[in-house]
Amino acid sequence: MSYLRILTNGIIKENPTFVLLLGMCPTLGTTSSALNGMSMGLATAFVLIASNMAVAMMKNLIPDKVRIPAYVVIIATFVTVVQLVMQAYVPGLYASLGLFIPLIVVNCIVLGRAESFAAKSTTTESAFDGLGIGLGFTMALTILGAVREFLGTGRIFGWNIYPEKFGSLLFVLAPGAFIVLGFLIALFNIFTKRSK
Amino acid sequence: MAKVESTFLNMVISLVLITGCAAALLAGVFEVTKTPIAFSEKSKQVEAIRQVTSSFDNSPLEEAFKVAIADGDSLTVFPIKNNGKMTGAAVESGTKKGFSGAIRVMVGFNVDGSVRNYVVLHHSETPGLGSKMQEWFSDHSRPGQCVIGKNLQNPLRVKKDGGEVDAITAATISSRAFLDAINRAHQAYRLINYKEDAKDSASVHHKGNKP
Repeated sequence: MSYLRILTNGIIKENPTFVLLLGMCPTLGTTSSALNGMSMGLATAFVLIASNMAVAMMKNLIPDKVRIPAYVVIIATFVTVVQLVMQAYVPGLYASLGLFIPLIVVNCIVLGRAESFAAKSTTTESAFDGLGIGLGFTMALTILGAVREFLGTGRIFGWNIYPEKFGSLLFVLAPGAFIVLGFLIALFNIFTKRSK
Repeated sequence: MAKVESTFLNMVISLVLITGCAAALLAGVFEVTKTPIAFSEKSKQVEAIRQVTSSFDNSPLEEAFKVAIADGDSLTVFPIKNNGKMTGAAVESGTKKGFSGAIRVMVGFNVDGSVRNYVVLHHSETPGLGSKMQEWFSDHSRPGQCVIGKNLQNPLRVKKDGGEVDAITAATISSRAFLDAINRAHQAYRLINYKEDAKDSASVHHKGNKP
């Protein structure tokens, strides 16, 4: 598989949010604004790339029977790195994402890619897979966050589009997340079916 | 290179190696980020103190002390001084009565005990409803809901509970919790005020006794 195919595979064909429907907890929890969604996506993308590469490099050193604990330790390490770095240099963002950063450890996308892709591929391929899936996740979360922020508060990335009082609180809360996600998946399906 | 067999020894060695490397990496990152994390925590507090108090020439963070209030909890008080004289204080207060968890606020007091300003440091209230605490209770154009400048003779209460403060629309529980945090801060401030008075009169008394 060429590197470009691996990259677009993660963004479109196997988009973690719209196609695989993995990692729903952070998807619904952190996308109350476009900026939060994008930061969560980028943090996950970094962990994905790093853990995919580490797993691919060490795949022959890890005995099969203990591979899951080994992967979890590798993933948790990178998540803690992200957490400490965010806490130190972007404390505002860290405060708004809060609990969801440590929860990247149990995000099934990360463990899923380690198990189903990185454990069978070369280091470079795995890095590209991590980048592709990570970008797909970031894109999905940013769009979801932007739509919810727009409908809920009249802003996109904090820029005012229309007065806040016309926004519907529903879209900032959890039910709005489900509704918007459903419509976005439908749109995504129309778009990908047509291009086939 | 062939894949390592799943023998007991191999499994132990590989897990020990991986956890060891992870620990080393984390220790490194922790060392590097330790100072910036402490710094950003501190500057957040200083920023909040500056927002809620008038100008000062001491370092409130270093002179901070804890005051125990009636319900057994203790709050941190940051005294504000000019030329060594106390001109007010910021009190870091909180409550656990929020609609979804704890609320923490920094409340500034003038020397007469009236609320000068406040900053909500942390909350997990409903976005769009309870989250309006910061703007709602500091809106000077609506005296019915503004707590700034209030000198608390009695604890503040929302109108529903027989008090005089308008609660946030559709967020009475959050409003109640917020006022509770303010009341607790005021309780702490009153306690230290009495203490300061006592100290002053004690020193005067002492001087008077000197031959």
